Amino acid sequence: MFRSLINRLSSAQTCGIHTTPSLNEVRLLTRLRVVDNSEIGKRAMAEGKPPKVICVYNKKRVGLIGDRVMVAIKGQKKKGILVGLKQNQKVKVPKFDSNNIVLIDDNGTPLGTRIHVPIPTILRTILKERTHAKGADYTKLLGIATRFV
Amino acid sequence: MSVIRKSSLDILSVGKWILRRDCRLLSAVPEKVEVAEKAQEEIEKLSGRKRRFNNPVLEYRHVYPEFLPDPNPKWRNSLREKMERADMLKRRSQIDIPEFYVGSILAVTISDPHAQGKTNRFVGICIERKGCGLRAEFILRNVVDHQGVEVKYELYDPTIQSIQVLRLEKRLDDKLYYLRDALPEYCTFPQDMDPEMLPEGTPVPLNPVQVKLKPKPWLERWERQDLKGVSNIEEHLKEKDRVRRELRKTPWEKYDLMKQYRKTIPAEDQTEIWSEVYNQLQQMRVSRKKLSRKRLFTTPKPQLG
Repeated sequence: MFRSLINRLSSAQTCGIHTTPSLNEVRLLTRLRVVDNSEIGKRAMAEGKPPKVICVYNKKRVGLIGDRVMVAIKGQKKKGILVGLKQNQKVKVPKFDSNNIVLIDDNGTPLGTRIHVPIPTILRTILKERTHAKGADYTKLLGIATRFV
Repeated sequence: MSVIRKSSLDILSVGKWILRRDCRLLSAVPEKVEVAEKAQEEIEKLSGRKRRFNNPVLEYRHVYPEFLPDPNPKWRNSLREKMERADMLKRRSQIDIPEFYVGSILAVTISDPHAQGKTNRFVGICIERKGCGLRAEFILRNVVDHQGVEVKYELYDPTIQSIQVLRLEKRLDDKLYYLRDALPEYCTFPQDMDPEMLPEGTPVPLNPVQVKLKPKPWLERWERQDLKGVSNIEEHLKEKDRVRRELRKTPWEKYDLMKQYRKTIPAEDQTEIWSEVYNQLQQMRVSRKKLSRKRLFTTPKPQLG
């Protein structure tokens, strides 16, 4: 009986069961968690239909902290900024238990008025670098944060 | 947050358990040491006093694990190790890196160019401590505003301003990665936690708390890892998981002496290393103790110990 079980398992292993842990990267079609109090975000999270990534705006198409993403949320296209990742981070950069996003509009103004989870401090520098004089101002997001870690 | 204080009897038995575990871990030490340790234990039992080890090798390899190099022979380089040790001692003379273990609650203050006050303080439970030499690192975990946060720090990072141990204790396991899948109350600690002082000379207490896991999906297959600090693992398993756990078991590994030998630094090498750093470490300890005592006398707190 044992041998038959082993055979069955070994055959199952060749059928593409991964034994390596997942990288938890933010890519196309990753589900995210909206952490601000915007109306659309709150309703999407309450309904159990969290937004999906449909584009990550960088060269590698893998989202890092502070990257801009376009998400599909309740049948609409919205832009957002990644403010916390599940993926392994560098030393001294916090790693979160979920992939967090704050929704913004095209000018960089957040749709909500509060963020109810902690925000990594490194985001200050990153968002300041991303902001140019004539383009969108992403640093408005830092104003609505409640706590930094 | 639940703190389970044990009676003195329990602490004694726990200490004995730690002793036993120490013996097993230090596989490379000749049996004589173990025998001596046992004799010492018996003396302790007879005299009824709690005493720490006299042998610095046996004590220091737990207090300062990063001074021992990686046992992998490919990565050994005696000159580099020596230089690293010198650098570590230099760093330790600058800031106080206290004794802590996996399961202790720490507060780390770093100078952070991104933060507004230029410093950043994080409180959390140490869920992992690894690496040797200057690469030694540890991970702190906490739940802030119902959001689990983990930060990895390097022990000898020059931007660290202070490391404070808020509660010195051990847990039942060597790594606490399962806290990621546990209910959030098991790793929620207030940011303004007060440090708890242990009376001098007591062994490091062992916290026998068993956490409850959330239902599946989990990040890892905890059922295969033989965890002692999880209480409700069987509830979430299916028959399939149990069968696979049985199949994946490796009961012969505890008899694999070579494997244990390859994972540890031999006792002869250890004595060499510790004799090199012992004096300075001891000096630092004593001077720190004096300093802290002075501070205590100037600002007496109510109910110490």
